[in-house]
Amino acid sequence: MKFIYFFIRRLLYSILVLVGLSVLIFIIARILPGDPARLALGPFASQEMVARLRHQMGMDQPLHLQYVAYVRGIFHGDLGLSFQTRRSVSLDIAHYLPATFELVLVAIIWVLIIGVPFGVLAGRYKDSWLDNISRVVAFVGVAVPPFVVGLIGQLIFSYGLGILPTTGRLSLLTPMPPARTGLLILDSLIAGNFSAFGDALIHILLPSLAIAMTGIGQITRLTRGSVSDVLGKDYIEAARAFGIPNRYVTFKYMLKPSFIPPLTILGLTFASELGNAFLVEQVFSWPGMAKYGIQAILRKDFNAIMGVILIIGLAFVAVNFIVDVLAGYVDPRIRIQEES
Amino acid sequence: MTADESTFSSVGLEITVTRWASFKDRVGRSWYRFRRNPISLAGGSMVLLVILLAILAPYVTPYPKHAGVFTDFSSAFQPPSQTHWFGTDEVGRDVFTRVIFGYRVSLMMAAVVLGLSVPFGIFLGLVAGYFGGWIETIIMRVTDIFLALPPLVMALAICSAFTPTIEKAMLAVAAIWWTWHCRLINSITRSIKTEEFVQASQVIGSSHLRILFKDILPNCASAIMVKITLDAGFVILVGAGLSFLGLGVQPPKPGLGTMISYGSQHLPIKWWLTVFPSFAIFFLILGFNLLGDGLRDMLDVEAEGM
Repeated sequence: MKFIYFFIRRLLYSILVLVGLSVLIFIIARILPGDPARLALGPFASQEMVARLRHQMGMDQPLHLQYVAYVRGIFHGDLGLSFQTRRSVSLDIAHYLPATFELVLVAIIWVLIIGVPFGVLAGRYKDSWLDNISRVVAFVGVAVPPFVVGLIGQLIFSYGLGILPTTGRLSLLTPMPPARTGLLILDSLIAGNFSAFGDALIHILLPSLAIAMTGIGQITRLTRGSVSDVLGKDYIEAARAFGIPNRYVTFKYMLKPSFIPPLTILGLTFASELGNAFLVEQVFSWPGMAKYGIQAILRKDFNAIMGVILIIGLAFVAVNFIVDVLAGYVDPRIRIQEES
Repeated sequence: MTADESTFSSVGLEITVTRWASFKDRVGRSWYRFRRNPISLAGGSMVLLVILLAILAPYVTPYPKHAGVFTDFSSAFQPPSQTHWFGTDEVGRDVFTRVIFGYRVSLMMAAVVLGLSVPFGIFLGLVAGYFGGWIETIIMRVTDIFLALPPLVMALAICSAFTPTIEKAMLAVAAIWWTWHCRLINSITRSIKTEEFVQASQVIGSSHLRILFKDILPNCASAIMVKITLDAGFVILVGAGLSFLGLGVQPPKPGLGTMISYGSQHLPIKWWLTVFPSFAIFFLILGFNLLGDGLRDMLDVEAEGM
């Protein structure tokens, strides 16, 4: 299959998943909970007030028209009003999203710079002490809940040793750098404010590691398995038999094919990190979208819940699309598989 | 009894005997491989220990009354000691007792969620893989939509529609968990359905149901077994997360996630309220993961979607 066809196919497929997701979210939020208007106004509001709000929200219309209105709203960036903050949900999300994005981004970087090299070395030197450590890291990483990593990390490094801050994105005394990207690490660099940069870094260290633990474990194991698979292939043996230097075999023949399996699950890793953010932001009072989402859930603020979930689904579908297309670009075999 | 009949029955007996022997042989060999692997043996023992403790909770815990509503403010916030191994909580309940009872809730959650979602996922996966065409397209695309959100977030979304209780949390997790099994069984079924024994079964006129459940399903058994073992750990993880956020086990019921959530408010001085339940969760999930990994090696399962 030509790459361009492959690309279009994946794009159409992603759009299909998004449409399905919007229906699913709509069903969860509009049909399951009963009456959002009643929930918003509380038990003491009169029947008349509830009816008026229902009309304002368009909830007296048939369901399919409500869905159309909902989708039209999404395209206009209108996700409704939050009962909790009395602001538009899109504004709220725009306000809270960068903090979560920064956290997950740093976590992905951890996964890539710890998990991948560690997996390559463990696969290359199978059954060595390094491989055994990688096994322990993988099992522990997957078995410890992220909030436990966060709490125990706080206990040791913040309360015990006193070298890392407990909560928040910046110390109270550090002035916020002017917002450009919303990512404090980048903003402080752009402003040339290195003390804020350092402060932001030590604040993000523990929470991002807590989020990354699961991913580090998974990617390490997967990379290890795929490296050891590739090393057992005939063409590697042939290359060795030809007397091609070991270093050359490693970098030229081994690495590229063994990166493909970890690359394809990077989308899933990203999703699980977004999920972990819901737990970790709570532990570290990280002012992000996940914490906002939890507040919305506890207070039954349905527009906000739908908005947060939609954004997460959107991010996941987008990341998976990019990852799939990349994998298809690097590895023609994936394109052929898609054809059948 | 004629000569013919006796030959037949003796042949039948022989077949049964050889079948039994080969079964015993297979089990023996698998058990040998399992035993040889210290990791899976460790995992199996950990899981077994927790299950036994949970079943016998009222008899093995020092203060079974502390599992529910109980207050003794005079002994609140005691650090770990001889009388209270894991210390006591804010109303004087024994943390060790509550951790063991918390295991009950966690194991129950895993059992209920997997009991509801696995058969459903297997059935859809079988049907999708076997019939193919538009049936498969519809089933698998719906599965993809469910997989477009992290399990915890999806469960949160469903939980948000109800007043939080542990039963609702179980239903919410079950409502999303079938997707993984559907995917796994679908990919296995697709590869099995072109094998000769399935074609032979079709040729002699077996019904679709018979082929699905008698020919294909048994070939998925080991993959399902491994997947369920690994899943038990993940379900407990997600359940603990929901409880930690206040959407799962509600106090005074002892849930490990709930206990950690309450305990974390008393960090760092009353560290035992957080550390022991945390370690308890880690111990159980690690046990399931090690066991699942060992089973995978033992049964030689290699399938897409594990």
